[in-house]
Amino acid sequence: MTVATDRPVTEAPAAAGGAGAGTGAGTTGGSPVAVALTRPRRRRRALRHAGLVLALVTLALILVAILFPGALTSGSPTATNLDEPLRSPSWSHWFGTDESGRDLYARVVHGARDSLLIGGGAAAVAIGLALLLGSLAALGHRWVAGATNRLIEVVFAFPTLLAALLLVAVLGPSAWTQVFAVGIGSSPGYARIVRGQVLAAKGSGYVEAAVELGHPRRRILLRHVMPNAVRPLVAIFALAVGQMIVWASSLSFLGLGVAPPSSEWGALLDAGRPYVTRASWLIIAPGLVIVVLALATTTVGKHLRNLLERGSA
Amino acid sequence: MSALTSTSTAVEPAEPASADATAADATAPRFRVRGLTVGFPRDGDANDVVRDVSFDLRAGECVAIVGESGSGKSVTARTLVGLPGRGASVRADELSFDGDDVQRFTPGRWREVRGRRIGVVLQDALVSLDPLRPVGREIAEALRLHGWGDRRSRRAKVVELLATVGVPAPEQRARQRPDQLSGGLRQRALIASAIALDPEVVIADEPTTALDVSVQAQVLAELERMKARGVALVLISHDLSVVAHLADHILVMRDGAVVESGPASVLLHDPHHAYTKRLIAAVPSARTRGRRLAPDVARAEPVREQASRPADDGPVLEVRNVTKTFRLPGGGRLRAVDDVSFDLARGTTLGIVGESGSGKTTTGRIALALERPDSGEARLSGQPWSSLRETARRHRRRRMSVVYQDPLSSFDPRWTTGRILRDALDPATTDHHARLRELLGQVGLEESVLGRFPLHMSGGQRQRIAIARALASAPDVVVLDEAVSALDVSIQAQILDLLVDLQRQLGISYLLISHDLGVISHMSDHVLVMRDGAVVERGPAAEIFERPRHAYTRQLVGALPTVG
Repeated sequence: MTVATDRPVTEAPAAAGGAGAGTGAGTTGGSPVAVALTRPRRRRRALRHAGLVLALVTLALILVAILFPGALTSGSPTATNLDEPLRSPSWSHWFGTDESGRDLYARVVHGARDSLLIGGGAAAVAIGLALLLGSLAALGHRWVAGATNRLIEVVFAFPTLLAALLLVAVLGPSAWTQVFAVGIGSSPGYARIVRGQVLAAKGSGYVEAAVELGHPRRRILLRHVMPNAVRPLVAIFALAVGQMIVWASSLSFLGLGVAPPSSEWGALLDAGRPYVTRASWLIIAPGLVIVVLALATTTVGKHLRNLLERGSA
Repeated sequence: MSALTSTSTAVEPAEPASADATAADATAPRFRVRGLTVGFPRDGDANDVVRDVSFDLRAGECVAIVGESGSGKSVTARTLVGLPGRGASVRADELSFDGDDVQRFTPGRWREVRGRRIGVVLQDALVSLDPLRPVGREIAEALRLHGWGDRRSRRAKVVELLATVGVPAPEQRARQRPDQLSGGLRQRALIASAIALDPEVVIADEPTTALDVSVQAQVLAELERMKARGVALVLISHDLSVVAHLADHILVMRDGAVVESGPASVLLHDPHHAYTKRLIAAVPSARTRGRRLAPDVARAEPVREQASRPADDGPVLEVRNVTKTFRLPGGGRLRAVDDVSFDLARGTTLGIVGESGSGKTTTGRIALALERPDSGEARLSGQPWSSLRETARRHRRRRMSVVYQDPLSSFDPRWTTGRILRDALDPATTDHHARLRELLGQVGLEESVLGRFPLHMSGGQRQRIAIARALASAPDVVVLDEAVSALDVSIQAQILDLLVDLQRQLGISYLLISHDLGVISHMSDHVLVMRDGAVVERGPAAEIFERPRHAYTRQLVGALPTVG
């Protein structure tokens, strides 16, 4: 007999923070149950929320970098200054300069747009494809489902990067190729998740109750099965964006991504490679930015998932 | 005389566990509990969940603690074995085990005592047993921890123990994992591990909950044998009828406090406290037919108009010779339903009773046309039903509805109560709001529940919503599949009263599926007894329960624990 302590459902401070970095929009539907918190728990919650706030601020900064890169840096990402090559980070050059004396901070800020378009695009491709394949595998006729399942398994058997490399080799390196290569390469994992979710929802008590009420099959699929199956995906999408950026960066790092003048973060890593021993900041700075972004989206994703799994909303 | 007693008490040393109860054992209580209070302090608030509980437990005696969820009975039991839970504060004027103050026990001392001198049987055998370990090894572990014998003798002892608690083929069973055993066998394996070291005290927390009647009877018989061997037993249960046979002394708990306590014979036949009376009255049985089980709870709002149904145009549901076979994973076939036929007359209740695996739920699903029978047919109001294509059947599904054991899983978690009920309304309904209000009135709920999620409501409220949904389409037949099995006795009583009222007012027919003979005998006009997919006996409820003819029915009825 446990003492019933209702887990309080709280609003994520996403709306309050006003950061609204796109991902925050979905969190405002939480049920507004005001609960007096005990002290230790309040402290724990405050700590957890500090992480969330930090993540949201990070995402907000990155959003600004995408929309108005000029607001964060006055420098030009392409202006060379041959008098100052490979300067270490300083007050005037926060992230240092590269071999042509270009300001690395300006390059990172201006590279945000490409990086996130590729990351977000790849995540969208991956999840979209996963929804299609996963639903087919769960809901299709016996042989359609079987064939889809085998297809998912075959693609799944390839390591993600190898599958992406194969696509790049066929299509040739470009930003679009990167989006599709990474998206398709990582979709089977998500497709398996979708399939599992759809199957679980399909076999649930509320679907049976709906059948029993005499609702037609299509209505049950649209009203019960898909919404409940997709619910966890909202959070998974947020997690995926971070992962996709890392994948895309690794393609760029191998020189199979966007063309050099672009300062996409993976491409920056690749460009810094020859100077690793002499000017390590060329790799450390963009690398850290990628890590921080992945952390931020993952954190927000986790909070979203927790919020959605509370049962309400 | 008194001097003699006191010397014999004084002589009693902390002797090792012995099965034979000496005179000293009988007089000196194993456990002495005085003024036990357990709280989970939060924010300076004591938050007591157990208040001022006192009792003595003697060798060869059974003290039963009875109460509903949240009454503090389990916390009391867990405190006796030094596991009150994290952050608990335990206070007592006296809490002694064989004269030693338990409150001063170190964790090391507890580990010594627990298992060896105090055995514990927890409620959920599936959760309490390691799913990856054969049960034999699990039991041997208890022996090993206390340095009992060597590996080989332990193995022999485990088989012996399993045989003691009535596990058939104990040598094979010892090698199986919990998931390969039935609920009853798992529970008996747990009991075997609790009594492995022949403890002087056994604490059993809901040892028979979720077990079938006949298995429950076996487990109770095993506890009885232990008691006869001189083991002191603390039995925790929400069900008065379970403890009635075993208990010498009963404590009735509510909201953390003991509301009444006394010798079992007195308390069960002449209860003084209103709550005890209510608990005893709430237990359904053949004797309670036609009586309200929770008389002090207000009747639900009467229905506006008396339902006018066609007087008598034959049975509303006819099931003829249905058979259903399932293919088992790993080959083999299971005949879940074997040539079952029955009629459900309008406005009456047909009870289907049987133990788990008897095919009663599959029969219900065939009646609901959620499962297609391999052969045979179900007809609804004299027209084809199970033989129809789903598209043709859909518009007639409103004539029939269902209430499940676990209502929560039958509600879409994203939906509020209001949306769940609106979804079930007849599309022809014009005034949705009035109809919702009427439904809520019928099941005795406030209008405010419409905006809430079932997740945040109590078990009784959820079941009321499930019933409201089942009524929404004004059906002829409602299938009640273990609809009250998961509820506390007093809540179960309220729901059963509600169902009886609704039947009287609306003229609905019930197909009542349950493993609980008490519920079946309280509600049913006719009864079908099922076993291994087949109907072994059928007839009017009174016949079945008073003059059972089939051996299995007799066994079931005989195993039924009763109050008094």
